This record gives sequence, C-alpha cells and structure tokens, in this order.
Amino acid sequence: MSQFLEISGLCARIDADGQEKQILRGVDLTIPPGEVHAIMGPNGCGKSTLSYVLAGREDYEVTAGSVTFKGQDLLAMEPEERAAAGLFLAFQSPIELPGVNNANFLRTAVNAVRRARGLEELDAVAFLKMAREAAKSLSMAPDMLKRNVNVGFSGGEKKRNEVLQMTLLQPSFAILDETDSGLDVDALRIVAEGVNRLRSPDFSALVITHHQKLLDYLVPDRIHVMAKGRIILSGGPELAKKIDQEGYTKFLAEAA
Amino acid sequence: MPAVTETREAVEKLGQSTYKWGFETDIQMDLAPKGLNEDIVRLISARKNEPEWLLEWRLTAFRKWQSMKEPTWAKVSYPPIDYQDAHYYAAPRKKEGPKSLDEVDPELLKTYEKLGIPLHEQALLAGVELPEGETARPPVAVDAVFDSVSVVTTFRKTLEEAGVIFCPISEAVQEHPELVRKYLGSVVPVADNFYAALNSAVFTDGSFVYVPKGVRCPMELSTYFRINARNTGQFERTLIVVEDGASVSYLEGCTAPMRDENQLHAAVVELVAMEDASIKYSTVQNWYPGDSEGRGGIYNFVTKRGACRGARSKISWTQVETGSAITWKYPSCILQGDGSVGEFYSVAVTNNCQQADTGTKMIHIGRNTRSTIIAKTISAGRSDSTYRGLVRVQPKASGARNFTQCDSLLIGDECGAHTVPYIESRNMAARIEHEATTSKISEDQLFYCRQRGLSEEDAVGLIVNGFCRDVLKELPMEFAVEAQKLLQISLEGSVG
Repeated sequence: MSQFLEISGLCARIDADGQEKQILRGVDLTIPPGEVHAIMGPNGCGKSTLSYVLAGREDYEVTAGSVTFKGQDLLAMEPEERAAAGLFLAFQSPIELPGVNNANFLRTAVNAVRRARGLEELDAVAFLKMAREAAKSLSMAPDMLKRNVNVGFSGGEKKRNEVLQMTLLQPSFAILDETDSGLDVDALRIVAEGVNRLRSPDFSALVITHHQKLLDYLVPDRIHVMAKGRIILSGGPELAKKIDQEGYTKFLAEAA
Repeated sequence: MPAVTETREAVEKLGQSTYKWGFETDIQMDLAPKGLNEDIVRLISARKNEPEWLLEWRLTAFRKWQSMKEPTWAKVSYPPIDYQDAHYYAAPRKKEGPKSLDEVDPELLKTYEKLGIPLHEQALLAGVELPEGETARPPVAVDAVFDSVSVVTTFRKTLEEAGVIFCPISEAVQEHPELVRKYLGSVVPVADNFYAALNSAVFTDGSFVYVPKGVRCPMELSTYFRINARNTGQFERTLIVVEDGASVSYLEGCTAPMRDENQLHAAVVELVAMEDASIKYSTVQNWYPGDSEGRGGIYNFVTKRGACRGARSKISWTQVETGSAITWKYPSCILQGDGSVGEFYSVAVTNNCQQADTGTKMIHIGRNTRSTIIAKTISAGRSDSTYRGLVRVQPKASGARNFTQCDSLLIGDECGAHTVPYIESRNMAARIEHEATTSKISEDQLFYCRQRGLSEEDAVGLIVNGFCRDVLKELPMEFAVEAQKLLQISLEGSVG
C-alpha cells in the first residue's frame, strides 16, 4: 500500500515570457498520515512552485515524476477534484474577489467539497454557526465574514482568512505556503494554534517557511531543506534550529 | 450560496442547447402581408379599432420615418435591413369576446408555463404548497404580450380596487383615450429617432399603467414579451404614468425562439413621474442572441425614456441585458422637476458574436437634480460591448449632481469593451463624477476558487456575480435570482 502522499522524481517548468524555465528538478518526498513536515530553503529554490504543482495550477508543466495522494494519481486530477479529495493550499498571497461576500464564498466552497465527498450540504443557518465559531477561535472580527473575499484585508487578516477556510473545508492534507510571512508574533501564534487544532492521525501538512518561529509553535515531525529544485537534506526538528543559527549557505555547500 | 447552486443546476439542465427558451409555439396567426406602407399602417389601426386621432398620429410618424435614416453612430455592424421584408402585424387568432384566462388559447398558456411566467392567479393566490424552505412568491401582475398582441393581463381586479390601471395599451386607447392621448409621445416624440418613428407608425400593443395620486401600487407589475412568428418585427409600446405621490415597480422580461434569420424588435417605453412620484423599471432582456457563429438573433433597437416632471420625483432604470444579437438601447431620464432623481443600473453581457451599444442619458434641467449611473459591462467570446452615456446639465440646473461608474470585465482575449461618456455641463455649480475601470477575470482568481473546490463554471459565475453585485441588488428579489442564473448561462463555455 502506497504512502499517504508520495512525490517521486517530480520535475516541472514554467513558461516565463517565452522562456522555458525548469524549476523543480526531481523532488522526492513522502509524507505519512498524521505528520507535519516543513520545507525550508532560500528564495527561488522552488518551494512555492512545489505547492502550486501539487494544487494543480495550470501554468506549470510537469515534465517528469509522479505524485500519489491516498493511492490516486494526483497529477491527473483537476484542481477542484484535488480539493474534494482533501488537499488544501493556504496561499502565500491570498487572492481578492471583489463583490463576493466572504461567507457566501466559504459556504459555496464548503458545499462544493461536501457534495463531492458525498456529504449533505449545509444550510445557511448551520453554516453560519460553524463559520462564526471558527472565526472566533482565530480571533477574527465577526464582520470579516460579511466583507468581500480578501478585499481591503490587512496582510494578517488575509492569512487568518486562509486558516479559517482551511478549518471549514476540513482537508486531510494542507499546504501552508509562507503563511507566517507578514504576521506579528501574536498573529503567528493564533495561526499556528489554528493549524494545531486540526492535527490528528487523519491530517497531514506541508509547511513552507523561512523562519524558525512558526516551527516553534507547530513542531514538525520532519524538516526538509530544498535547493535548486530538489530536496537536499532531511532531518528532525533540530535541523530548523541549526539552519536558523548557521544559515543556508553551509548546507548548500555541503550538498554541492 | 444557493443562487450559485441553482445556477449550476440550471446550467446542467441545459445540456446541449444553451438557449432554453428557443422553442416555437404552433398557433394560428393573423398575419398582415409583408411590407410597410400607409395601407399597412391603416390596416393596423383598423384592426385595433382606433380613433381617428391615433391613425393620424401613426401616419405622421410613418411620413417622418420615410424621410429619416438609420442611425450609424453606434459601435455595431450588421447588414442592411430590408424593412419591406417583414410582417408588421402578427396576432394569435382568437374568438371575439372579453378576455379572460379561460378564453386564451391553451397553446399560449402552455408557452408561458414553459417560460415560467405565472398567468394563473388562482394558483398564486391559493398559496400552492411550496417545498420546505421556500417562501411564497409575492404575487406579480402580468401582462403577456405574444408577438404583437397582449394575450392576457392578470390580477386586474385587485389592481382596479386600488385604482391602478394596468392593461394592454390597445385597450387603454378604447377605455381611457383621454389619458393615452395626453401622454402618448409626450416623452418620446413621434420623430425622436428612426426606430421610435417606426414604432410610432406600426406599434401593435404593449402595456399601459396609470397609478393615481397617492397610490402605492399594491404589487409588482410585469410585462412578458414573446416573439414567436417568423419574419415579424415586434414593436411594442409601453406607457407608464404615475401621479403625485404615487409609486410603482415594473418588470419586463423577454424571450424569442431560436431562428437562423434576424428579427427586429423596436420598442418604445415612456415613463411619466409627477410630483413626489417614483417609478422603478426593471428589465431582464433575454432575446435570442444568435448561435455561436453569429447566425440569427434579435436586433434590439429600443427607445426608453422617463420624464421626472414633478418636484422630487424619481425614475430608476435597472437592466440586465444578456440576449439579442445587437442591442441599441439607452434608457434615459429627463430631470425636469426640482430635486428629481434619475438612476441607471445596468449589466450588459455579450458572448460569442453579440454586439451591444448601451447606456443612458441623464438630462438635468431642474435645480438640485441628482443622477447615478452604474454600468457593468461583461464581454466574452468574440463579442463587442460599448457603454455610451450622456450627462447633460442645463444652465438652470444649479446644484445638479451626477455620479457615474463604468466597469468592464473581459473574459478571454478576443472580445472588446468600450466606454464612451459624453459630459456637457452648462452650469458651474454642478458636480459631475466619472469613474471607469477595465479588468479581466484573472487566472489567479479562477485558480483560487477552484483550489477551494469550485468548478470553473461556478467560479466564473461567482466572480461575475460579484462584479455585478451593485446592480443586481437593485433588482426585485425574484428577478435578481433569475438574473444571476442568466448571467452564468450567457457566459457558459466562455472560459478555457
């Protein structure tokens, strides 16, 4: 039986201004159920590309390798099918949807996913109750549900809104792409607590970050260092502290 | 969001055909011979038993029309129209006698049933059992116009008790000639423009509404237009007069069968609002738009104008334009009364090969008159859409204010959107604001929605409905749901 998430030899490129640019150059990564893994690495090493490719963004072309998710060929699925299967991506820069009410958006998304998972759709009352509780647990102002999706939100509010969506969509695998960037210490703790609340034997996560701070709160099971489109080093939580103290350069030199 | 779910279901139900109103009703018709001349005008007038003054009015219009030229300033293109190659009178054949629902051809009733237009007062009034969670629809009085003729008007008794007149205009000519004569052509003169003159010469039916002093019309009024016959033009005439302190909300819907040839629709709508009166006029225009290659579809050349004659009167136009091969339409307000208010809220969607040139005119004449224009244009496929609007402030309109906002949304890279605002101010104390934006549905937005589990169609629907929110919220509740569905259906297949 295959692992929960298994990435093997994954290569992907993007067509940037007419030039093919190879970004992922053979990523191998396995995440068992119930584990939280972190990916660290210098800017431009392919961390965000990996998250987009896993979520199914069409701009990236997968040139080699495979990804299986709960025994299914993830790369053959549409983005919304991946979402229904339990994959969630917390965006590094959440997108604004002018005129679209946040609560309506959330409910549409939750019901789309519930439908696909064979669950009954939630009516407006049941959904709002659930959404209000979730928002409260993330210390979000109640009016954020009434505002337009991410429009006029501060950086911190946008990130919290991502975690709110994650809480409501109940994914089995979440990718958090630099969800800690632009957050102050208090917000960071609230967001980390939001993720920790989801932790269970049925929930795994891949956390992309630059900073040790988030990992203090999240405490990952494994840490991977990525450079030039590959995972060059993996280890326990102590690895993050080492990187924090010594920087990437030493690891990159060793890997080369 | 139930509307989105409904939209999705509506789309699924459509299956292969994208225009679900495209069926044809097999019914016996009274057709005038093809062509247009004074004899045809006389024939129409005679069929309608019209008084001499109206025949003269028509003939004046016809003679003026003969000397006029089709306007060419709009950003639309189409082959020349042969005005002699159409029937100018088409009516479902019926027995003599007073109109009641029982006497209407059952084929016709079926047509409106198929279209979802409630013509059975009983069913509505009795409060038929509704599925759980659904609230009862508030009753709406309907005037159903089939080709050139009004076939039935519902709830007339209820309205009469309130003093409101709501009937086919042909009947109003017989029953209330003094009112019709006083107001017909008083807002849109017979020779106002090419299509208005044509309409004045050959109009066959339409709705007439009169709301007396101080009466708030007890229910929404609605006219439902259906073109059915081949090679006919539809020329309806609507006249709404609202007296001091009275108010009315009026809805207009329209559909037509799918046909390869183009059909002409040249309507005229006149609104008159006296002191402290208010008229809300909402349109969901869904004439057949032609197929994806641009074959067939309605030419929608319409003149709509409202006069705010009294102080503090208000006229509000809301339109959702999704149909027609070509739309040429500028619902306008003449703000004569001091402190009168004009509003124009518009969503115009074009897809495939559709062309729309639409907007409004706000003419500020009285002091402290105010107008608001919110126009949302959505273009997809190879379509072309233009907002064209005029804001004119006359010298005496001190304190006049206008706010205009025009937003265009492009889907794909083969469509066009244009904004042509004309602003003429002859009063230094007037305040005029104009904002305009153009945007595209971004890949980022689509991907974001899909990552959250929405299908591409649902994502587009959600984004487009968000874009149009400021306009849709002006529509009466029922129409808003309908309009949301239409928006999504109109844009089906436009992404990807």
